[in-house]
Amino acid sequence: MSGGRYSALALLRGALGGQQHWGRAWRSPEPAPSYDVVIIGGGGHGLATAYYLAKVHGIRRVAVVERSWIGGGNTGRNTTIVRSNYRQPQLQRMLDHSLKLWESLSDELNYNVMFSPRGALFLGHSDADMTRLAERGDALVAQGIDAELMDRAAVAKLIPLLDMSPDVHWPVQGGLMQWRGGTARHDAVAWGFARAADRLGVDIIENCEVTGYVRDGERVTGVTTTRGTIAASKVAICVAGNSGHVAGLAGLRLPIESHTLQAYVTEAVKPMIDTVIMSQSLHCYISQSDKGGIVAGGDPDFFPSYAQRGQPLRLEDAIAQALALVPALSRLRMVRCWAGVTDMSFDGSPIIGDTPMDGLYLNGGWCYGGFKATPGSGWLYAHHLATGKPHDLAAPFDLARFAEGRTIDEAGVGPMPQHR
Amino acid sequence: MLLIACPHCGPRAQEEFSYERTTDSVVTTEAAPDAAMTALFTRENPRGVAEEIWRHTYGCRGWMVFRRDRISHAISDIRPLGPEPLA
Ligand SMILES: Cc1cc2nc3c(=O)[nH]c(=O)nc-3n(C[C@H](O)[C@H](O)[C@H](O)COP(=O)(O)OP(=O)(O)OC[C@H]3O[C@@H](n4cnc5c(N)ncnc54)[C@H](O)[C@@H]3O)c2cc1C
Ligand SMILES: [Zn+2]
Repeated sequence: MSGGRYSALALLRGALGGQQHWGRAWRSPEPAPSYDVVIIGGGGHGLATAYYLAKVHGIRRVAVVERSWIGGGNTGRNTTIVRSNYRQPQLQRMLDHSLKLWESLSDELNYNVMFSPRGALFLGHSDADMTRLAERGDALVAQGIDAELMDRAAVAKLIPLLDMSPDVHWPVQGGLMQWRGGTARHDAVAWGFARAADRLGVDIIENCEVTGYVRDGERVTGVTTTRGTIAASKVAICVAGNSGHVAGLAGLRLPIESHTLQAYVTEAVKPMIDTVIMSQSLHCYISQSDKGGIVAGGDPDFFPSYAQRGQPLRLEDAIAQALALVPALSRLRMVRCWAGVTDMSFDGSPIIGDTPMDGLYLNGGWCYGGFKATPGSGWLYAHHLATGKPHDLAAPFDLARFAEGRTIDEAGVGPMPQHR
Repeated sequence: MLLIACPHCGPRAQEEFSYERTTDSVVTTEAAPDAAMTALFTRENPRGVAEEIWRHTYGCRGWMVFRRDRISHAISDIRPLGPEPLA
């Protein structure tokens, strides 16, 4: 009954038979000889792209080709923070479009992605922080995006476990809240998109690594893989941390460097932090999963790596920052830590659209912030692949912007990903 | 990695060092606009060995060049980097 709708009734019926009746949620097909679109990479972004290609544009001869298992990359490794309260208007508009898709995603996919708009709060620790947060809040409200500046007392009431002492290194003076922000269940996002895309006819091909391209002159007409050659009218790169490597197979050099980012989770406890905590001055973000674990992360490792394994030092920094903000966390045991390879672009913003090669497209450079964009990124990439033209919201994020001096640099850092 | 053998100070903790960029992405003042743009904004970003410029920032502050495997983090061919242009 793999195609069935998930419902309370099906769950009840299953209870009688020990829930043994659930079948596979998506097929495991052999690759066909050719497709209209081959998407390289079965993370959330690749799967969402396939889903919207089939659903919105009626393009169903689509394959998602994944090197290992779907969702095993950054989709399954991130701290799941979803928000749209960025600084640059292009990012605000693009990410708020994505946030609106999140708001109805579980219904859309008939799969509970556990999107939980519990609020995403940036703490301010100084007058300068508060001024910047107030400016950002005003800019957001001008774009029609929700933002609420909170004073010290309001923050203390919202998160009673915060250290509110005035004489600490990072005193809390207030914060900027986006109530529509929150978290979601990362695996469910991959599985939900996979199941829904599969039902529309998309082939999801796992354990299949793309090793090169088939070319007709300057045009890309397919991919070579560990499971044979697959022809395609369009080939769509969507491989996050491996963007440089996979584009490199076509001889392209991107404004992207791959860096490591780590995160960790504690043992599960009763609800103690019911909003997402971030900071204007610290690179530290804390939330509590629905299972009860405290999920947190910090800075990337500051040098290029594909190791998917981080330095203990950076983890120590991240933990020290979390303990400084919420001292009660020191009583918890850390149960896991892990790392992902992030595609750090040279202005900190994503790249969506054409490459210099005909038939080859790119969606990457999401740095350490692309989970929140999963549905939106898929929507915009699908639009580009189907129509041959960028969606208005994606147009500023073309690859040509670097050569043309139109970078969208949220942090104002320039082409130095290790300082981002 | 963990220890990096500074050509001036010998083996020191990795935390004292900082990554700068790859040797092929140094922009010179003489570079033509196209070449400068390529050096600034494109990288080979290999899933393998790259030649990188690092600095012993929290030590002698000297610059160096080495080859580093971006999967295993193994470092080889460390040499100091002086004011003369890169070979
Ligand atoms: C520790 C950590 C914390 C993060 N926290 C957040 C957060 O709180 N909020 C947020 O918005 N973002 C966060 N991010 C960023 C976010 O996870 C990524 O930007 C996003 O998941 C990337 O898109 P994706 O899901 O499609 O990538 P992935 O899930 O990495 O998918 C890419 C896929 O491509 C496959 N692939 C690679 N090479 C090939 C090949 N040659 N052939 C076939 N397949 C290939 C990989 O196996 C992988 O499955 C975080 C990232 C990390 C690492
Ligand atoms: Zn030294």
